[in-house]
Amino acid sequence: MTHLTKAILLVGTLALGACTNADRFDNTDAADLNSQNLAAANTGIDQTALTGANNPASPQYFSQTIGDRVLFEVDTSTLTAQGRATLDGQAGWLATNSDYLAVIEGHADEQGTREYNLALGARRANAVREYLISKGLASSRVRTVSYGKERPLAVCSDESCYAQNRRAVTIISIGQGS
Amino acid sequence: MKRDVQKMNGNDLPLKILPVDNGAKPVRMRAMMTKFMTFLTTLVLALTLVAPASAQEEMIDLGTIRIGVIEALPFAIPTLQAEVAGSEQMASDISRVIAEDLNGTGLFRQIPSSAFISTPGAFGTPVAFADWRAINAQALVTGAVAVNGSQITVKFRLYDVFSGSEMGEGLQFVGTTDGWRRMAHKVADVVYSRITGEAGYFDSRVVFVAETGPKDDRAKRLAIMDYDGSNVQYLTDSAAIVLAPRFSPNGDRILYTSYESGFPRINVLNVASVTRQQLTTSEGDMAFSPRFSLDGRQVIYSLIQGGNTDIFRTDLATGQHQRLTNTPAIETAPSFSPDGSQIVFESDRSGTQQLYIMSANGGEPQRISFGNGRYGTPVWSPRGDLIAFTKQEAGRFHIGVMRTDGTEERLLTSSFLDEGPTWAPNGRVIMFARETQGADGTTALYSVDITGRNLRRVTTPQGGSDPSWGPLQQ
Repeated sequence: MTHLTKAILLVGTLALGACTNADRFDNTDAADLNSQNLAAANTGIDQTALTGANNPASPQYFSQTIGDRVLFEVDTSTLTAQGRATLDGQAGWLATNSDYLAVIEGHADEQGTREYNLALGARRANAVREYLISKGLASSRVRTVSYGKERPLAVCSDESCYAQNRRAVTIISIGQGS
Repeated sequence: MKRDVQKMNGNDLPLKILPVDNGAKPVRMRAMMTKFMTFLTTLVLALTLVAPASAQEEMIDLGTIRIGVIEALPFAIPTLQAEVAGSEQMASDISRVIAEDLNGTGLFRQIPSSAFISTPGAFGTPVAFADWRAINAQALVTGAVAVNGSQITVKFRLYDVFSGSEMGEGLQFVGTTDGWRRMAHKVADVVYSRITGEAGYFDSRVVFVAETGPKDDRAKRLAIMDYDGSNVQYLTDSAAIVLAPRFSPNGDRILYTSYESGFPRINVLNVASVTRQQLTTSEGDMAFSPRFSLDGRQVIYSLIQGGNTDIFRTDLATGQHQRLTNTPAIETAPSFSPDGSQIVFESDRSGTQQLYIMSANGGEPQRISFGNGRYGTPVWSPRGDLIAFTKQEAGRFHIGVMRTDGTEERLLTSSFLDEGPTWAPNGRVIMFARETQGADGTTALYSVDITGRNLRRVTTPQGGSDPSWGPLQQ
């Protein structure tokens, strides 16, 4: 976790010192909580209350600030340096937010047969899973699924789109019994 | 004469096939007159040019075969006669479908009725062969249709015009009006079979994935249709992604991959009841790319364990699983040989996707593809002589065939994205999916014959992919 993130967390803790819902909101930047969020907070834990990419405990922060996806070169499942940096952030976030589970979705671009791309997507998802586990994530908290070329993000038929589609996306959700 | 009463699978169409009584004797193809025979020889040679080692193989050098060697055989099919008042529309529709079946092969060419110089007399009366010779009709199909309530009777005869004789005996089909298209396909199958010496394939169905919506929000449903795109029925909704359905050898069940559970798993669907259940596989995160064995009792498929894809086999009756490959490479798209003793599959163990053949029990495989590019989705021909595959090379996709030892590779198609070949039950035609390029890309089904001629789009109501051609119906 970066020093900057720690600093934000510290400010958040101080600002919300009186919050009774410590489990969820002691990491929250109070400045970002609107009245709707606070109302939700008073009635208990509610995922919709965790909005705002500046809220380090929010899924938005995970997906936008840390980054929920890593990209791959053509027909490979090797993590790039940039990909590993993103995954370091994901591992840190998941360590802090231990009630979240992760599903890694592996995807491929359209240049390939359906079956091969399913298998390739699985390789990519697994490369991410293995990396997160190597950074301390419990293996029970992370599953993989491959969509092959079934769920492209960008629809054009050239490299500008293919590069976005060759991806592994970490989808987080509150786990059962957390 | 023996009367066979057979119940049809699939559509539950009761249909009887009877010889038409009037003394016509079966005429063997070999006894045909020279002119017709010349055509037949050409045709048969063309059809068998990729057969396993045989006399023909030595006679024909595949490298010299050129498109256009075969001229389509001109045939006439005067509109079948309505034998009962009110049967006219049905007679006309059935005549049209028979002609479409034959024309669609590229081996036959219908002579338009505007060229006819006479109309046939009552069904079964002597044919004025001179009138048909004059317009160069080499084959003539005559017939009659009678509709009585929901029952329909179709009779037909096939003539070799130049020899002035009947080819085989006349036949009569009795069924229900709902199944009129199947009766037309049955007639066309007999005509095709008698003239070419090959089994027909018109009375067959195809299961495929019907696709709607844009590329980034595509809805997929399992659908089943007649081989020509008619009678589309949907077998699933589009709530979950469905992929790559595969018919059982007798057409009673369909294997497919579904994301219903959130993860790709294999389902077995009963065609008659449209009920499904998940296949219990060996332990793994995801299962896909299933195919039945020829006896329908076993399923081979790919299973992903810890990110690695290998091939497994499951016995449906005993529930026993067997691992067939064990490498860190991607092994997928397995397909049995018709005798069940071998499996062809794709693997990237060499660094790129290539085709391999192994024993049905696993073991060390033999690589069979060595050309440039990548080879995937191999499917063993029902005749056993060829492997169809998808080839990716220099940014293009091709459907191709090669012998089972990897020799005599021939690419039949070329486009931005062709994939997923499936064989017609007679092993002479391949259907596959083609996707067009770009943000507005759509999918469609196509067929092509194994000589690479006669590429045709199969008209479906929506986009289509992952076709699997079922057996000739009984």
